[in-house]
Amino acid sequence: MVAVTPDLRPERLEGDRSHRARRLGLFLALLLAVVAVISLGWGASGTSLTRAVSDLMAGRELAVQDRVVLMDIRLPRVLMGIFVGASLAVSGAVMQGLFRNPLADPGIVGVSSGASLGAILAIVLGSALPAGIAAFFGWYLVPVAAFAGGWLTTIALYRIATRRGRTSVATMLLAGIALAAIMGALSGVVILRASDRELRDLTFWGLGSLAGANWPKLLAGAPIMALALLYAPWLARGLNALALGEAAAGHVGIRVQKVKNRAILTVAAATGAAVAVSGGIGFVGIVVPHLLRLASGPDHRWLLVNSALLGAVTLLLADMVSRTVIAPAELPIGIVTAIMGGPFFLWILLRNRGVLDL
Amino acid sequence: MSLIATDIRVSLGRKEILHAVSVEARAGEITAIVGPNGSGKTTLMRSLTGELPSRGRIALNGRDIARMSPEELAQRRGVLPQAAALSFPFTVAEVVRIGVEARGERAEALVPAALAAVDLPGFSGRLYQELSGGEQQRVQLARVLAQVWQPVDADGPRWLMLDEPVSSLDIAHQLTVMRLAADYAQAGGGVVAIMHDLNLTALFAQKLVLMSGGRVLCQGRPGEVLTDDSLSLAYGCRLRVNAVPDSGIWVLPHAAA
Repeated sequence: MVAVTPDLRPERLEGDRSHRARRLGLFLALLLAVVAVISLGWGASGTSLTRAVSDLMAGRELAVQDRVVLMDIRLPRVLMGIFVGASLAVSGAVMQGLFRNPLADPGIVGVSSGASLGAILAIVLGSALPAGIAAFFGWYLVPVAAFAGGWLTTIALYRIATRRGRTSVATMLLAGIALAAIMGALSGVVILRASDRELRDLTFWGLGSLAGANWPKLLAGAPIMALALLYAPWLARGLNALALGEAAAGHVGIRVQKVKNRAILTVAAATGAAVAVSGGIGFVGIVVPHLLRLASGPDHRWLLVNSALLGAVTLLLADMVSRTVIAPAELPIGIVTAIMGGPFFLWILLRNRGVLDL
Repeated sequence: MSLIATDIRVSLGRKEILHAVSVEARAGEITAIVGPNGSGKTTLMRSLTGELPSRGRIALNGRDIARMSPEELAQRRGVLPQAAALSFPFTVAEVVRIGVEARGERAEALVPAALAAVDLPGFSGRLYQELSGGEQQRVQLARVLAQVWQPVDADGPRWLMLDEPVSSLDIAHQLTVMRLAADYAQAGGGVVAIMHDLNLTALFAQKLVLMSGGRVLCQGRPGEVLTDDSLSLAYGCRLRVNAVPDSGIWVLPHAAA
């Protein structure tokens, strides 16, 4: 038996899970720091973080190889993993709040396909653009095009799946399948025009991987993801109220149309930039928010922040797995997340079969 | 102070479903909207809350609601919807808080009081999705109540707009909810409710609005509105209104109708 210490704090409201969610957020932040450091020291090259740190502490210059591996390969990769993981999980959480549905995920309902189409268009046709435009966008061309593709797809999906303020689960999923098919077909047409070199780029990118992470890519994608991640918590109250339905959300003083438009922009920016830099990495957006709702409830004020943290942790862990299982070769991280996330998605589906009226 | 709607017209597509409806509800009273299915009660309610755009003028405490922001409206009136399914596993406490926290205020202290008012003490930790229909309806009422907790504030009376607040409740809780509405009105707030049970309505409402075919057939005190003729005209079946000493009016169907 454990001795019970008397609780001297003022009595807590039963059913208020914000304390638990806050503690969980603190724990996840610490966990992310630990996992990020381990991830920096993780790799096939034999460069060890402890050696590098002890070199630095002793005031010695880093060995050239260590500096290259740490600063130019691993650090951008870890940062990319953090930004992409956080973006995927937050896009999932925002989209689920917007559609009032735990199964909505950019990867499942075609938004990622739309973003991919944008990215592929930019990769293949980018060279055909007038030099001025290409130079203006520079490294941003692919992320911005992916953002535009994701944005248009989300708007189309919302228009199709929502009637008079109510979203049909079946319509949303089916429309997502149709949109993904259309985007995939269009992508195929564009790819036919690609040169051999572009084709190789596209193939690696399409499998979903952090392997291509470098500073220019990170600097192109990260600001867009950072904007979306920083803005998302401002949607929390609106998304909470939206859970009551659009009419009721309006009655408690939420400007529903504004919240919806901004949620769609946030999803498109986060998904678009993530897809642009790392290809199709699925299931993070559905698994992470779902686990967090089980742990500390669906209040978006905590859910969005905690999703960013757990999403980053999850993707760093998946990346370590992808670097390890068939070393020295690499398993694309999209395969790792699909192997872990696919069965999880089916599990959610089975648990909710009765509730969701599919 | 009052809620005055003048010449409200609402069209769905080309079909007009509310024809020049004018109603007045006063703070300090329960105003009940009654009438058969499809007579326009919910459409009228959705216009009065500002949810549904309508032609005509609706003034809440003397201000045109078309010129009020969603935040101002939310401060002034709470709206209970007919049915509300929630897509995520919120606890009862989290549902009750949503309306207050939507405008950035804290709600912890209000939750137990609002739940006690709808006879759901001790329910705050339960999951909303696991409650019965009647319990969910009362949780929603607690949420609306928390949103406009003080019946009167510095800007005047506040309003409860209730769409069939007792539709899935047992008789004891029908009385709980109607007494709650009566107390709110007694304290100076306004209550507008769509009702089906004419007897319960006669017992609690100070004013009735009888609707039929998208029009107001008549409005006034229960004794003026609830007559054999007006009810037969509105509902299309024979009903007898009886006056019972001490407890007011009772409406009974004709046995052999």
